[in-house]
Amino acid sequence: MVESRRYRNILAYFTLTVGIVVVAFPVYLAILASTFDAATIINGNMPLLPGDQAGVNYPRALFSGGRMAREPVSMMMVNSFIMAVGIAVGKILISILSAFAVVYFSFPLRKTAFWVIFITLMLPIEVRIYPTYKIVADLGLLDTYTGLIMPLIASATGTLLFRQFFMTIPDELLEASKIDGAGPFRFFKDTLIPLSMTTIAALFVIQFIYGWNQYLWPLLITTKGSMQTIVIGIKKMITTQDALTEWQIAMTTAVLAMVPPVLVVVFMQRLFVKGLVETEK
Amino acid sequence: MAGVTLDTVRKIYAGNVEAVKGVSLGIEDGSFCVLVGPSGCGKSTLLRMIAGLETISDGTVNIGDRVVNEVEPADRDIAMVFQNYALYPHMSVYDNMAYGLRNRGTPKDEIEKRVKEAARILAIEPFLARKPRALSGGQRQRVAMGRAIVRKPQVFLFDEPLSNLDAKLRVQMRVEIKRLQRALGVTSIYVTHDQVEAMTLSDKLVVMSGGQIEQVGTPSEVYRRPETRFVATFIGSPPMNILPGKVEGPGRVSVGGQVLNVTDMRDGLPPGSAIEVGLRPEDVQAGGSSSSTLAMNVDFVEELGATQLFHGKVAGAEFIVQASTGQIAADTRKLTLSVDPGNVHLFDPETTKRLGRV
Repeated sequence: MVESRRYRNILAYFTLTVGIVVVAFPVYLAILASTFDAATIINGNMPLLPGDQAGVNYPRALFSGGRMAREPVSMMMVNSFIMAVGIAVGKILISILSAFAVVYFSFPLRKTAFWVIFITLMLPIEVRIYPTYKIVADLGLLDTYTGLIMPLIASATGTLLFRQFFMTIPDELLEASKIDGAGPFRFFKDTLIPLSMTTIAALFVIQFIYGWNQYLWPLLITTKGSMQTIVIGIKKMITTQDALTEWQIAMTTAVLAMVPPVLVVVFMQRLFVKGLVETEK
Repeated sequence: MAGVTLDTVRKIYAGNVEAVKGVSLGIEDGSFCVLVGPSGCGKSTLLRMIAGLETISDGTVNIGDRVVNEVEPADRDIAMVFQNYALYPHMSVYDNMAYGLRNRGTPKDEIEKRVKEAARILAIEPFLARKPRALSGGQRQRVAMGRAIVRKPQVFLFDEPLSNLDAKLRVQMRVEIKRLQRALGVTSIYVTHDQVEAMTLSDKLVVMSGGQIEQVGTPSEVYRRPETRFVATFIGSPPMNILPGKVEGPGRVSVGGQVLNVTDMRDGLPPGSAIEVGLRPEDVQAGGSSSSTLAMNVDFVEELGATQLFHGKVAGAEFIVQASTGQIAADTRKLTLSVDPGNVHLFDPETTKRLGRV
């Protein structure tokens, strides 16, 4: 028994280790590449230990940009950050309000309203890209943050998530609030939002990453370099026609692009794990 | 302070389901009224209509001399204690109690005074800073009551507040609720399916069934003189025995050929007509030389410590006798039961109404 368990443990750890190596190696490679100069990477014999060019590559990427994407990466990061936070916050606001309406108010066509929201799950931005582009263009929102953020805010996922959560809150809490003289808005503000903090945190993480990783939509509606997001920036850096790709700058940018989502996950995860542990209704 | 008056109150749900079928009831100022009945009898619905959590389909509800049919729950001057307490999980005990007062714009020092006072009465002062999850069931129950007390309402509404507590705590909290209600003198309406709670707490006991009131009275009235067979079998534990019988003449009925004398019997019942004879398990004595006796075959005996329950059959119908332990030998197989004519309850088999003196 003991023997076979040890054997199984070894097998399990071995499998996990292989998994981690497979996932982590490309990331390591990117970090590695950001510490060499272009020539070292191009000749194909990049060492597996970090080089000494990090001090050159990072400031250059951050503050002056590559040859192909001339904008500094710091600016792209600001753009991406504004877009990702805008989408995450917008989605949370819209979906918590619509879930509040769908769960707690009875109005004509409430079920229909819910199903209409639900159906939009099947209509991601790629499917409705032409009409959406047309509307944003007609509103004169090309090359604006509003244009980047607004079409991506509507969220069936968030509405669904909040709806499921609201339905687990006992009705008596609403009734107690009514007797305590809290109207719908007070109930929302004083009871629902504090109780939803963990759901909000979870949704923020998911939607921040979703927003940060957007490629197609920003590609379509931003033409000005100053509105460029980091994901687009990376893509521009590696598709060159007549010049050598500056791999060291592209990789540096890729590494920089990873930092904010990682920070959000690390920071928010602690918050919502704590919330999950503490929650009791 | 105010009494509560209900006038032919109805609740009709979608699909024409009538949950409350025209209930009229007067609850005097300062009294403790308990609504009791099996689940689905409409007692909770009635309470929720008084609270304003359900709309009133028909009839009127008065609190004091004000019709409150269209008044918001918060403006009805009531406070409610819920079965699952419904404490705000994210607020401290203090905030739970203060929340309602803050919403009404009560001055801060007044809130503090009232919360402290309520906490003192309920002995929850050490927990004011805690969150509800850090409290035991009994403590949460107290906080829920504290939340009601600080409002200084005209009426307290209790919706099965003790059913989530364990048996021992339930008895303790029951006594406390009673004491508190006496001390504060606030009109209280209390819903329960537990007849012990109903009997012990109420000044006025309302037995409900099928959306209607079966009987209203003091607990002893309801126990001594149940108006319907339902009340007779619902109040009292073990329940009243009901035997099929026949009218023999004025003050005389028979059960399986055994004649019983009856004190409380309506005049003019035609001899030979069917009648139901109710006898409480604690109201019949084994042996004795009374002129009214019943023969019983004992099947088995349940031990309750101080008393024993003899289960068996009288004239083919299930029958239970309760006797002090030792009064009847536990291995007895045949019993002769003597019946005091004053302890016989008669019911109409058709209408199930009591056939007592008018």
